[in-house]
Amino acid sequence: MSDKTQQSCFHCGLPVPQGSHYHVDIKGEDRDMCCHGCQAVAQAIVDGGMESFYDHREGPSRRPEDLIPEQLEKFDLYDQEKLQQNFVEVDESNVKTASLILEGITCAACVWLNERHVKALPGVLEFQVNYSTHRARVRWDDSQLQLSDILKAISAIGYIAHPFDTSRQEEIYKKERKLALRRLAVAGLGAMQVMMLAAALYAMDYDVGVDESMRDFFRWISMFLATPVIFYSAKSFFVTAWRDIKSRQLGMDVPVALAIGSAYSASVYTTIFGGPDVYFDSVCMFAFFLLSSRFLEMGARHRAGQAAEELIRLLPAVATRIRESNEDIVAVDELSPGDVLLVKPGETVPIDGHVLEGVSSVDESLLTGESMPCVKNAGDELTGGSVNVESPLTMQVDRVGEDTVVSGIVRLLDRAQTEKPSIARLADRVAAWFVFAILLIAAVVAYWWWQHDPAHAFAITLSVLVVTCPCALSLATPVAITAATGSLTKTGLVTTRGHALETLAKATHFVFDKTGTLTQGRLHLADVKTFNGMSKEQVLQLATLLESRSEHPVAMVLNKAAEKQAAMAIDSLISAPGKGVEAVIEGEVYRIGNLPFVTELAGELEGFEIHKTVTSVGMCRGNQWLAVFELEDEIRQQAADVINELKRSGITVALLSGDAKEAVSNTAEKLGISEYLYAQSPQQKLEYIRKLQVDGGVVAMVGDGVNDAPVLSGANVSFAMGSGTQLAHASADMVLLSEQLDHLVTGVTMARKTLTIIKQNLGWAIVYNLLALPLAASGMIAPWMAALGMSSSSLVVVVNALRLRKK
Amino acid sequence: MSTLYLLIPLAAILVIIAIALFLWSIKSGQFEDMEGPGFRILMDDDEDLIPDDAKVKKKDSDKKDTEGN
Repeated sequence: MSDKTQQSCFHCGLPVPQGSHYHVDIKGEDRDMCCHGCQAVAQAIVDGGMESFYDHREGPSRRPEDLIPEQLEKFDLYDQEKLQQNFVEVDESNVKTASLILEGITCAACVWLNERHVKALPGVLEFQVNYSTHRARVRWDDSQLQLSDILKAISAIGYIAHPFDTSRQEEIYKKERKLALRRLAVAGLGAMQVMMLAAALYAMDYDVGVDESMRDFFRWISMFLATPVIFYSAKSFFVTAWRDIKSRQLGMDVPVALAIGSAYSASVYTTIFGGPDVYFDSVCMFAFFLLSSRFLEMGARHRAGQAAEELIRLLPAVATRIRESNEDIVAVDELSPGDVLLVKPGETVPIDGHVLEGVSSVDESLLTGESMPCVKNAGDELTGGSVNVESPLTMQVDRVGEDTVVSGIVRLLDRAQTEKPSIARLADRVAAWFVFAILLIAAVVAYWWWQHDPAHAFAITLSVLVVTCPCALSLATPVAITAATGSLTKTGLVTTRGHALETLAKATHFVFDKTGTLTQGRLHLADVKTFNGMSKEQVLQLATLLESRSEHPVAMVLNKAAEKQAAMAIDSLISAPGKGVEAVIEGEVYRIGNLPFVTELAGELEGFEIHKTVTSVGMCRGNQWLAVFELEDEIRQQAADVINELKRSGITVALLSGDAKEAVSNTAEKLGISEYLYAQSPQQKLEYIRKLQVDGGVVAMVGDGVNDAPVLSGANVSFAMGSGTQLAHASADMVLLSEQLDHLVTGVTMARKTLTIIKQNLGWAIVYNLLALPLAASGMIAPWMAALGMSSSSLVVVVNALRLRKK
Repeated sequence: MSTLYLLIPLAAILVIIAIALFLWSIKSGQFEDMEGPGFRILMDDDEDLIPDDAKVKKKDSDKKDTEGN
């Protein structure tokens, strides 16, 4: 069972890197793990006695993100009363209820694992996960544990949970779903009964022996059963049809309402005053089938909406304000220029301003795309949205609200969004023409038969209206897209906008951002050069020791470089923000940091060539150079394969980055991308894409940062990385939650397949209408046959689309 | 044939009862998660209900199962 030659992580299924030493004992077998995160999660699962999760799960779990202590601390913010007002209900005596979004749920075993793990916490009264929506509801005793403890417990087993405001969307969806189900139930059961009676009524047409009073009795009962179907279940068709007419548009519901309304009134008239035919069965069937397809469509819409909701996190619209040496937490909206704020290491700068006190490195990569943090001294500008890396900063607020840099990007984004080519709008226009044509044909047919055979004119017109119902036509696209998005969501590619798949199938260009997209967005140690007789192991252990207390991204890489620290005691340690660390160990001065900082102490390093494509970190003891570490932003594992695959399927690949020339050209060369642009501003990136579009290209953009947001919106179809910023998520059409680039190729393949299915469906619907229309117009189809034909044609469309669900 | 005058309204009443039951089940939230409950039964979360002596036996057979694989 455990195949040692094929090294893939038992937990997440990703390949295990060479020489890795992570493993966990699961049910008596030693399992290899790819990283520290997977090992920790697997260990937590085993320690909790929940190993059987691994027997029941359907596929590999998602790779847990390395949660650094700061991120775990962020959960504590959720404990604040002020923030909790939005999403927590408080019952009697400290019992609180909250709804959570769970990320990383892939199969039913995940649900079981979460429920078991969280229910085991003392103080949790109730915890239930909805497998379909990946939402959980938790009730806990606030005097025994805090919400943050629950969130931390969930992250310990490799999932991410964050609370959300149910009133914004969830409640509305729930109501909508329940109403639709009620209407469906009434229509379905009503239709079944009416059809049963109708069978008897049709039989009576051929049987002279049945008396008229029996026939009328059946008609009255049919009317009694059909009335709630029309006035309750089919109400929505009348409402939308009326709205369409008032706004002088022709929607799908106009002929539907016309058919249902007229057939029902005619049947009621016949029942009361007598006449040849009633159509209660056709009406009920028609309403039921239409409601069923609307219900499926609503499900798809809700799923898309829920995926979007998952991206809107509540955190942290708060800042620490200092007033008269008191620190208090306030909402960002309450800040005004001149306020003094404290930004701790690991926190996001909440708003634009400048540094009053302190020196620290600030990571602006989300705003500028520049991957290395830059140093901020007193007086330097700080931009809201950047992340403080090293040491606490006191800042003064300069600009709030509309004037901030992020707001500016959001405005650019809004503009890009409104300029977006809308395929959906085109579809609506086509539908309006189609409906107009149906009404015209029905009118012509009615007029002709009125002239020639008034007795049958009504039944035939009704058949025309029902048989040409744009049902199959209107189902053709949404059903195929629902099925495709469903199976893509399972792989971790979430579609947030309806048109995404259609556009993706036609994409001619793929434009990638570099940092965080093609690369991991975090540094790793690429090479170590040692001097003065030091061994590699020695310098790594020394670096691990020196950097052990530092939080700069460079230091974070080096302090994990060796398994253990050098066995020496540090006498004193000073960190120079933005430069490095100086320490005194056993009477000798050590420095580790950027090359100028080390050169200051150790003198020029001769015979060494500095690579511009990497970040170099030097280390010295007194005036002796010990080592130069070369750090690189790691390229994602599947990046090269994905780019080759895309090229092979005839797509042009380009790289746009805000980074400096060397770093960009180096990455592009490694991945075989011939077209790349460096040091690009969001505006320039957008212009580049516009130029491609003017030349007739359909552009797909993949990015993750705030700076990418306008470009993501401007592209015909766009992807955001799961770890990317909220703004990027909001502006992207699809979100790659799995963070695995090869799912982009899956996405393209699936999109193309979907387009084929849509074309088949549309073709079928048109052929069906062309065949059925003359038959109905010539009076060869009774209304009930029309309803049956219409629904089976819809069924063909649905079944064809469901082929996309299969793996 | 005249029994139909009794049976058909009876059928109509049954339909009304069926609809009422359906509406009740919708209201009580039984249709909110259409996938999860089916899997719930498959998970071994009843270990604390199994008597201790029976538990040992079960583990033995478990091991045999995995060896068999």
